[in-house]
Amino acid sequence: MSRQMGDSHRRFLQTMMGSGIIDQQGAKTLYQYCCETHNTQHAPDKLDDFIETINSKLQPMFMQIRKGMSEDNGQQYYALVNMAETDVTRMSSDYADNELELFGKTIELIVGSENGKASSTDILNSADMLTIKKLKKSETEHVLNRLVHDKWLNEKRGEYTLSTRCIIEMEPYIRTMYQDQVKMCHICRNMAFQCQICENPSCGIKIHNPCVARYFKGRSEPRCPACDDFWPHEIPEVRHTRSQSRR
Amino acid sequence: MTQRKRLSNTQSSTQNREEDDDTTFTQPSTSQVQRGLEKVTPAQVDQKTAEVVQYFLVKDQKKMPVRRADIVKHVVKEYRNIYPEIMKRAAHTFDQVFGLKLVEIDAKSHTYILINKLETTDGASPINSPANPKMGLLFVILSVIFMKEGVVKENVIWNTLKKLRVDPGKKHEDFGDVKKVVTDEFVRQRYLEYVRIPHTEPVEHEFRWGQRAEIEVSKARILEFMGELHGLEPQSWSQQYREAHPASNTQPGTSSQR
Repeated sequence: MSRQMGDSHRRFLQTMMGSGIIDQQGAKTLYQYCCETHNTQHAPDKLDDFIETINSKLQPMFMQIRKGMSEDNGQQYYALVNMAETDVTRMSSDYADNELELFGKTIELIVGSENGKASSTDILNSADMLTIKKLKKSETEHVLNRLVHDKWLNEKRGEYTLSTRCIIEMEPYIRTMYQDQVKMCHICRNMAFQCQICENPSCGIKIHNPCVARYFKGRSEPRCPACDDFWPHEIPEVRHTRSQSRR
Repeated sequence: MTQRKRLSNTQSSTQNREEDDDTTFTQPSTSQVQRGLEKVTPAQVDQKTAEVVQYFLVKDQKKMPVRRADIVKHVVKEYRNIYPEIMKRAAHTFDQVFGLKLVEIDAKSHTYILINKLETTDGASPINSPANPKMGLLFVILSVIFMKEGVVKENVIWNTLKKLRVDPGKKHEDFGDVKKVVTDEFVRQRYLEYVRIPHTEPVEHEFRWGQRAEIEVSKARILEFMGELHGLEPQSWSQQYREAHPASNTQPGTSSQR
């Protein structure tokens, strides 16, 4: 196939611009829909080639459709990311400076935590330390709600995690800002936030929960793939649908 | 931040004047552009083009029109002498990559918007974009204005919406503050014009189609919609039909809302 973009590519890209992130199944359906709408050839296994064609034209604009895994359910997602401003400035048209600082503090808390979560209490406390302009408690809660609504954070039972979109888009930023603290998943080699940790103090590798599920599936005695110590955590089940995404 | 900051840091010292006003900017001539291009590298031109494209895309998320003065002041900056070349390339990128058309809606203030070149499809897209519900509201309002021959008093709109159980005085689940969306957001996006009728006491306003609607929304589609609603052929409204199909058979109904 040629690398020329057609209207099917443009429609796919426009939809991505509207939604920001879609799961793999959604991307496949959309791919088929775009091809059918513009009467172009649709090869179900060529989604990544199709996206590559779009990316080759997006590259001069410092944009890219990038693939990444959800830490909640292990599914692949596609996100449209902006590489010119991978960091928080991308959001600067939507958020005030002190709101961005709060978001930075939240990322910091999550990166520094063992389980990839930050409690609302900790975030509210860190709001007192904002240097630009303090946020009241109600304002902080409002900002957090917006960050969840805009798909930068996920919230469950008062605990905040980085959304899949945030991880895909902010990866270069987080890697540079927190290079000493960020750990990679031993299995998939991507950044790991919500994960299990090897309890051998001299090892301490991290593995994403969905990667744990896949790696240890069917093994009778789970052992750390790095140090071979016993893996003491509960092994989650491999999940196939998004609906059962709560561990 | 990286690229943007680096670029603006290197040359910010050359720009001290405040140029909020478009009058300080004169469109450079072709030969000036030629000479300007000789002084910059292709990579610099590409970089500026990318920044202009990004700037438009951010503004377009909220469908805000972009003024030339703002592009020059916030993005193009010291590359102002090759501004026409940068805009030409940005327009080409919108066309080729994004399926969008860069349109100047006001030649006096040099204001631009992006219009979708891809036609809306009959089948619903499998992925719903978040902006959709408000577009439904807009479509109804544009329909009413169109059927009333281009201009209606605001009360007509509010009463129509009330009949559809959308009360402009109350907060709506999907639209939020309905009155604000209609009289402020749609107006800023240039979908609607909301103008005070002179010499009225108490104050009255009227609605017309805005410039974006004129370019982006298909009148033929609106007539089809009205036809379905009333169980009639679109031709039943002869005056509207003529307006929707100007030279009778030239492209009935192109793109509409995204």
